[in-house]
Amino acid sequence: MRSDRASLGLKIAAVAGLLFLHLPILLIFVYAFTTEDTSYQWPPPGLTLQWFGVTWNRPDVWEALSLSLRVAAISTAIALVLGTLCAAAVARSRFFGRETISLLVILPIALPGVITGISLRSAFNLAEIPFSFWTIVAGHATFCVVVVYNNAVARFRRTSGSLIEASMDLGANYFQTFRLVILPNIATALLAGGMLAFALSFDEVIVTTFTSGQQQTLPIWMLEELVRPRQRPVTNVVAMVVVLVTAVPILIAYYLTRGTDTVAGQGK
Amino acid sequence: MGPVAQVSDALWRRPRVLLLLLLLPPLLWLGIVYLGSLFALLAQSFFSIDEFSGLINYEFTLRTYGELFRAANLDIILRTLAMATSVTIAAAIVAFPIAYYAARYARGRWKALFYLGIMLPLWSSYLVKVYAWKLILAREGILNWLFETLHLDWLLAAYLSIPVLGGNSLSVSWTGTFLVFLYVWLPFMILPIQAALERIPPSLLEAAGDLGADRGQTLRYVILPLALPGIVAGSIFTFSLTLGDYIVPQIIGTSARMIGQAVYQFQGTAGNIPLAAAFAVVPIVIMGIYLTVARRMGAFNAL
Repeated sequence: MRSDRASLGLKIAAVAGLLFLHLPILLIFVYAFTTEDTSYQWPPPGLTLQWFGVTWNRPDVWEALSLSLRVAAISTAIALVLGTLCAAAVARSRFFGRETISLLVILPIALPGVITGISLRSAFNLAEIPFSFWTIVAGHATFCVVVVYNNAVARFRRTSGSLIEASMDLGANYFQTFRLVILPNIATALLAGGMLAFALSFDEVIVTTFTSGQQQTLPIWMLEELVRPRQRPVTNVVAMVVVLVTAVPILIAYYLTRGTDTVAGQGK
Repeated sequence: MGPVAQVSDALWRRPRVLLLLLLLPPLLWLGIVYLGSLFALLAQSFFSIDEFSGLINYEFTLRTYGELFRAANLDIILRTLAMATSVTIAAAIVAFPIAYYAARYARGRWKALFYLGIMLPLWSSYLVKVYAWKLILAREGILNWLFETLHLDWLLAAYLSIPVLGGNSLSVSWTGTFLVFLYVWLPFMILPIQAALERIPPSLLEAAGDLGADRGQTLRYVILPLALPGIVAGSIFTFSLTLGDYIVPQIIGTSARMIGQAVYQFQGTAGNIPLAAAFAVVPIVIMGIYLTVARRMGAFNAL
């Protein structure tokens, strides 16, 4: 068997698989320019740029986008702190219950989102906490921790413990060691984890439907349009912009972790 | 010596305290916000709802769990299991060649391209992906247009007339739901399989060839058994994600519900939190069993 050449069948299957993954997304790009505004007609009867202007002047889209960005920023910040702390503890020492902690971090993303969502909702109801910006953040931060944790723990494992010992031997205290030795070593992993956590939060819809009350994040706005289409052209434009915008942090995270043994998206 | 240095020294002498300080914030958050909520929910599954007043009766009972076994509810569970199983099998079949090519043959620039080609769809918006399929499967959409242009509309019509799989159009059929699930979860299957395949030393394949195995035999007796933990790891994602999803079947599919939709409706419009909680336990139990089996097959090493 010659092992250096792929068979034709394999090539076709692999390329067909990749096309299957990408063509549907590219289709949205075409629909963003269609002149048809009441149905999903294919091929588009004509092409136009007018829907970009219409979308630009829609306050509800801007509000949803702004809420999504704020939620994602704060959830990412919380997840960065909690995920790094947890990774530092798990990677540096062996202790009773270590496996349980890894499981606990992964659980919010391993269990179906509908369960996380409904649990949080009923807990907020029981505790009589009104739905607000912060209830959305509480949900998002919970499942974003795992992404940061995964990236950080992989980097901690490859960062030699003797570096920390050397730093302390040379007279640095824990805080100096963290700032001058640990942080520079894990910075790109944290940045990558943060990017992915941001993307995850920005896109989340299932948990958010349970924790958002009256407020609309961008995915909730999209969901409304999917269930009851009212503004098809605007939805097309928003969908296209969302694809482009979410691709940016993914590409950045990829370049940050390239050449390391971390799979940047492991956590999702 | 300043206070900062003193704190640092104290921590150095007591590594357990440092460990505790590191773990405290994440444990407080996940323990209280997450586990607390989860248990609060699960506890409610042991309550029942008063059929006349519609209020929750706070007395321990297993009656709510008993309701899961009523024909209509059992149907929902079995339907969801059937969907999760078929999506998982199909995803493994579609994912394998992509993962195999990416792991064995793609080099340099192509490797990066394959990697991003899998990562970008994985991370791009879930709702946008579902929306794309709404466009594709719509009656006036591209798929119907394709069948008509190729003069194959009779084939599509014949397929749609098949009882369970078909329906009025693809967007309101079981097949439509299946396709969307396959699409949105496919990258989750590719990545672990690729990781497993990359760990197979090329010399093993050469050895198989030297011993007279042809491509098919090498695949069957060498590659597939070694890739199995990766496939099982991927199936954890595809299975679990399909099990709990309520958005895809709500937007594309028949009116027959899946577990996620049942949970959503029982807690929302029906206001029956105990039954919703009991329904939520079903995927947890199923995944618990699934994960135990997967661990035995070594899937966790491939994650």
